[in-house]
Formats: sequence, structure tokens, C-alpha cells
Amino acid sequence: MTSPAPIAEPHDAAPGPDPAAVPALAIDGVSHAYGPRRALMDVSFNVQPASLTALLGLNGAGKSTLFSLVTRLFGIQSGRVAIFGHDISKSPGEALRLLGVVFQPRTLDLDLSLTQNLLYHAALHGISRREAAARSAELLGRIGLEERAGSKVRDLSGGQMRRLEIARALLHRPRLLLLDEPTVGLDVKARADIISHVRQLVTEQGIGVLWATHLFDEINAGDDLVVLHQGKVLAKGPMSRVIAEAGAQDVNTAFMRLTGAQVMPGGGA
Amino acid sequence: MSSITTRDTPRGFSVQEYLTCLTGIVWREGLRFLHQRERFVSALVRPLVWLFIFAAGFRQVLGISIIPPYETYILYEVYIAPGLMAMIQLFNGMQSSLSMVYDREMGNMRTLLVSPLPRGFLLFCKLLAGTAVSLLQVYAFLLIAWLWDITPPPQGYLTVLPALVLSGLMLGSLGMLISSGIKQLENFAGVMNFVIFPMFFASSALYPLWRVQEGSPYLYYLCEANPFTHAVELIRFALYGQINWISLAVVAACTIVFMVGAILAYDPSRGLARRGPAGGEG
Repeated sequence: MTSPAPIAEPHDAAPGPDPAAVPALAIDGVSHAYGPRRALMDVSFNVQPASLTALLGLNGAGKSTLFSLVTRLFGIQSGRVAIFGHDISKSPGEALRLLGVVFQPRTLDLDLSLTQNLLYHAALHGISRREAAARSAELLGRIGLEERAGSKVRDLSGGQMRRLEIARALLHRPRLLLLDEPTVGLDVKARADIISHVRQLVTEQGIGVLWATHLFDEINAGDDLVVLHQGKVLAKGPMSRVIAEAGAQDVNTAFMRLTGAQVMPGGGA
Repeated sequence: MSSITTRDTPRGFSVQEYLTCLTGIVWREGLRFLHQRERFVSALVRPLVWLFIFAAGFRQVLGISIIPPYETYILYEVYIAPGLMAMIQLFNGMQSSLSMVYDREMGNMRTLLVSPLPRGFLLFCKLLAGTAVSLLQVYAFLLIAWLWDITPPPQGYLTVLPALVLSGLMLGSLGMLISSGIKQLENFAGVMNFVIFPMFFASSALYPLWRVQEGSPYLYYLCEANPFTHAVELIRFALYGQINWISLAVVAACTIVFMVGAILAYDPSRGLARRGPAGGEG
């Protein structure tokens, strides 16, 4: 993957008078149930701009439900979600304008070309064709796929598709990026490329990132952690604090102590 | 618990942004249609089989008296042409809804639904895009029918356009409404049996309703209550530069009802929520 160049232009949607004072994502007392089954219980945490927050949890912890709530695929049953201060229930348009998302299942149109997928996404955000074409070319160059711009997406590898999905999520220049286990099913090289790319977005473009994962080797010492287990937040804060509060030496052990889960030898739960 | 500072000062969206979104969705639907050539061919073959084979066979059996909008005796092929145009739209509406079920299962619907523009507008664009695709099919059919000596007045090709847009929206909305209740792609075959065929056969597409009334008054009332009958009649009259006001009212009302129902059914708390979270497992 080629090194991403910083985006010089200002973001399309202004975050407000004092962006530093407003979290990129604020989740406050969110609960959700599927009928009698409670998937999330009083979940609260923030994601700050220019930071990466890892949402750690086993399968079934409630990560994807939380993503569905933040992206307004589900209605909020109780609690509040705000993106740069815009309540997702009251001002979904303003909130979603600032949000880029990569879902766990692939959501690209396999029969369309790379450029066509990007242009379609741009149109869904009301970006003019000319502007969208320029941004698409720039982003494809940044992820090293400019040569494949006219190819059908189905001809790409899994890692290339993920990079394209991340590029697509950035096309409307969001200030918050949600990634739901984006490296699942990828080889080591593709995973490393994507992790490195996302970290560059945080440091160079100031994007706030919420990264759902159950793979500990994707987390760095400077990241914030949210440990989600059976719909509840068990711990949150800077990684060092979460480890210390769990009385552990590393994140693997801390996660195991908090959740009672068995940690896989490869660093995943 | 974190406290949320909210700033709800919506910037809103410009007309240009709405138009860009609309054209983008129509463009994408058109591209998908062009990529699926077999879909285009099958969309044409179906009505042409009815026109070339069924109508030719029944020409001598079914006499058509002079009924509005026709001013003289007509061939059976001429009579069923509007019904076949509506049939194209009916199948296209169901095909679009099948495509929406497929998109939902494959995850592509999420791309649409996380757009910041109002969800109702996005779904309306999706319906309009499906209607635009059906118009391509209908006009391709009309071209072939013209070669088969089915020649409505030249201005009819223009005057039928608004009727086709309205009927396309109605049938597309119906398809979308039905698709919102389908949990799995495999269940879609049932829709074919329980929606498309009864709607098509219990209508004025293949035979005038006065003939149906002679055979069975109950079936006649059923046909009269069938929105597809009114779509057919709206198209039939419009093709001859006339307006069937009753059919127009029924089709317009049904379009509104089906469209509102479809949009509500795709509301996250009433539609997607039943189907599980975005990621599926996390």
C-alpha cells in the first residue's frame, strides 16, 4: 500500500465552534434488545478526534449491534449517540455526514468497477460528479489501486477490497471512521497494510477511529480500549490504565481476566 | 457515564445534493441492468412470447368489441399490448425487489442506508431508478411491437410516458413493500406464485372485463379491485392519448399507499431490526 498523503482541503462538514471540546463519537447509556434478548446494556464511552479506540469483544459481545446503532441502521431504543455533537436520532443527516464506515461483511458492488463504486458512494453523499471523480482518482492512487480503477471489484483480492472499502468510507471526508473487524479473513501482509493505513489517517488527518476487533495484535500502547462483553462495558480508557486496573501485564491477560475468555496463542480472543 | 454535548443545527441538503443523489442511484441501477444482459433479454422475451405465440393463437378465439379507448375493431395483439407493457413493469418491480433482498443479504443496502440524506428520499430514488429501467424495457418492447404492426398513434408514445412512470412506481413500491417482509432470498419464489400470476391473470391485461363478467361476476369484481387492472387501463388509455380518470386515481392512491408502506417497512426499528445486526455476529 502506498503512503497516504495528508488531505489538505478542509472537511466538508464543519464540526462546530470548538471541535477539540466535542468527542468524535459519544455513546451515552445505550441499551438495545432483540425481543427478550438484551444485546447492549447501558453502554457509554467516547472516541476522541485524532485517536484510535479499539472496541474489544468476543463474537456476540454486541460490537456489530453497536455499529448498527451508530450508523442508524437500527433505531436507538434507549440512550444517546452523537457524532461531533450531532445526535444520531435528532440530526441523522448531520451526524452521518461526518461518519465513514466499513462494515464487517463486504458491501461493495462486485459487478461495478472500482471507480463506479466510489462514484456511487459519492452520489449518495451529494458530491458532484466532477468532484467525486477527482477524489476517487486521488484515493485510488493513495491505496495503490489506480491501475485497477476500471476493473470489476470481483477481480480484486480480499485485501484490495478492504482497502477500497476504506477508501470509499473516506471519500466524503468524514471526521470519524468506524471499522467493524476490517481485517477478518485477510492474510498477515494485508492486515498489516490496513492497520498501518488507518493509523496514518489518525495521525495525519486527525480522524477519530473506532476499530472493533478481537485480535490483540492490532492494538498499540497509545490506543484507547473499550472492552465489551455480553453487551456490557467492562473496562475503558487508555490501554495502560485498562491493563493496570485489571492487574495484568499485557492486554491479552487483562482481557482474559476481565471476561474470563481463553486467549488464542496468536493473540486473538 | 459520559455526558453528550449536542449541537443540533442542521445544515440541511441543497437541491443540487438531492439531484446528485437521485442521478447517482438511477445511474447505478442502469449500470447494473446493462451488466445483466440476460435480464434485459428475458424481460423482453416474456412479453414477446405472449405477443407472438399466445396472441396469434387466440386471435381467432377471442373477439374484441369496440371498447374505449379503441374507436374501431382491433386485433387481439393490439388489445393485449398495453397489458404486456404493464406486465413488463410488474416483473421489473418484482425483479427490483428481488435485487433489494439480494442487496440486503449481501450487505449492499447498508451503503444506501448510511447515506446522510433522508432515508425516505433514498428509497424513493431507488423506486424511481427501478421505474427508469422498466421504461427502457417497455420502449424496447414497443419498438418490436411496432414492427409487428402494433402501431398506436405517434403521440401515444409520448402520452403513455407519465402513465408508465406512475404505474412503474406503483408496482415498484409494491415489490419493495413485499421485499421488506421477505427474510430470505429463497422465499422469493413464493412471491412469484402468490403475487405476480394472480395479479396478472385477474386483470384486464389479457381479456376485457366485460367478458370476465359474463363468465363470473365475482371474478369481475376481483379484477376491478386489482390495482394491476387499473395500471393496464391507465397505460391503454394513455397510449391512445386519453386519460382513464378512475384508473389514474386508483393507481395514484395505490402508489402512495404502497410507497409509504415500503418506506415505513424499511424504517430501522420496524424493518432491519428484525433481521439482526450489521456485522451479524459481533
